[in-house]
Amino acid sequence: MDKNQAASDQPSALAKPEVLMRLALSDNGFVFDPVTGNSFTVNGTGLAILRRLQHETDLARIVASLCTEFDVVPLAAERDVIEFANLLRNAFK
Amino acid sequence: MKRESVLTVAVTGMNAVPDNPGAGLAVARCLREAYGERIRIVGLGYDALDPGLHRREYCDSAHLISYPGSGADTLLARLAEVHETERIDVLLPCLDAELPLVIALAPQLAALGIRSYLPSAEQLARRAKDRLPELADEAGVATPETLSISNIDFFRDCDRKGWPFPLVVKGGFYDARIATCPADAESAFRAIAAEWGMPVLVQRRITGEECNLTGIGDGTGALLGEVMMKKRATTIRGKAWAGISIQDEGLADAARRLIAALKWKGPVEIEVMRDSQGVYQLIEINPRFPAWIYLSQGVGRNLPALLLSLASGEKPPPLAPPQPGILFIRYAQETIVPLSSFESLMMAGRSPMEDETT
Repeated sequence: MDKNQAASDQPSALAKPEVLMRLALSDNGFVFDPVTGNSFTVNGTGLAILRRLQHETDLARIVASLCTEFDVVPLAAERDVIEFANLLRNAFK
Repeated sequence: MKRESVLTVAVTGMNAVPDNPGAGLAVARCLREAYGERIRIVGLGYDALDPGLHRREYCDSAHLISYPGSGADTLLARLAEVHETERIDVLLPCLDAELPLVIALAPQLAALGIRSYLPSAEQLARRAKDRLPELADEAGVATPETLSISNIDFFRDCDRKGWPFPLVVKGGFYDARIATCPADAESAFRAIAAEWGMPVLVQRRITGEECNLTGIGDGTGALLGEVMMKKRATTIRGKAWAGISIQDEGLADAARRLIAALKWKGPVEIEVMRDSQGVYQLIEINPRFPAWIYLSQGVGRNLPALLLSLASGEKPPPLAPPQPGILFIRYAQETIVPLSSFESLMMAGRSPMEDETT
């Protein structure tokens, strides 16, 4: 397990839900932050993770939810969530 | 003959030029959309080529007035002359340089029957760029350190005095240029001193995301109808060419503290930089609406209409809740002007009268 994974096993390591909650998400992957005015795009995987991160801070529950909806093994899902959460943390410092 | 129900409003700042536009044309556009035929808008400008003076859908008539540098007496005489023709109910100045004179003339203008909604001279002075750190400190808002200089030699060894490049060189009223070396700084100093006079200000450069807020101070410390905007595209001089409405409570709180500290009365634009730590650094407080004020109409908070209602004692229009995510994108367009209109402005200082154009 690498450093990021170790850090990300703690719920607090995921991006802050209150920051993510404010984001407006479109089904086509367009994301708008009403506080900063910034907008960006995410692909389908990113959108699926982002929607879950808006309401959930428990990594295991997020991974389980992704595995239920998509054809993905837990380890790969966990890796994607952690990687994406790291990106989000940097984007919303 | 003037109809009783029609309000006549004079608006300055019709220099809607691309690199640094005045707000007048956007203010007139907001008023026209709010009041329609219930308003006569008199455009006031300084140059017959000010584009806003020729936009008949926004300005019912246009007049040239004397430059602020000509002094208060000359400006009063000219405004009185325009008033004789137009019977102005409310004057809305839209340029920083006009504010000291218009504020000083407010009692005489009121005696003529011309109302306004302006800060006091003291309020205006307290938000001036050279006194901004003092005000920011009082309001608990961060601001980059600023130094007032009157000698160009400062830049020769400013890094040894604790002022390393890049720096921002600013004029007292307008203009701000980023200098990355002594040559840049000296060139900026000369240009700004020549155009805006002394002293010239030097400010530490803050990097981050620039956000602006506009609203109206009610004179008792409250901020009314705030509209916030993040620049999405800028001109070469850093002016907004495109922007998007935002709703940032941190920025709104900082603005409320500043307006409360000033007990500001009138329109205002607060410019901040959100630095890499997420701290709002106050850059400027402008004593007027910004050129992007039409965005206020776009988000359902027509601030020029609110200002007019406050100035004329009417019931304020309802304001929509804050609406983030509305963009404005500026564009350049040609206005066709008959020679007779241009000639009339050049020779008589006014657009052709209505009875001359029909």
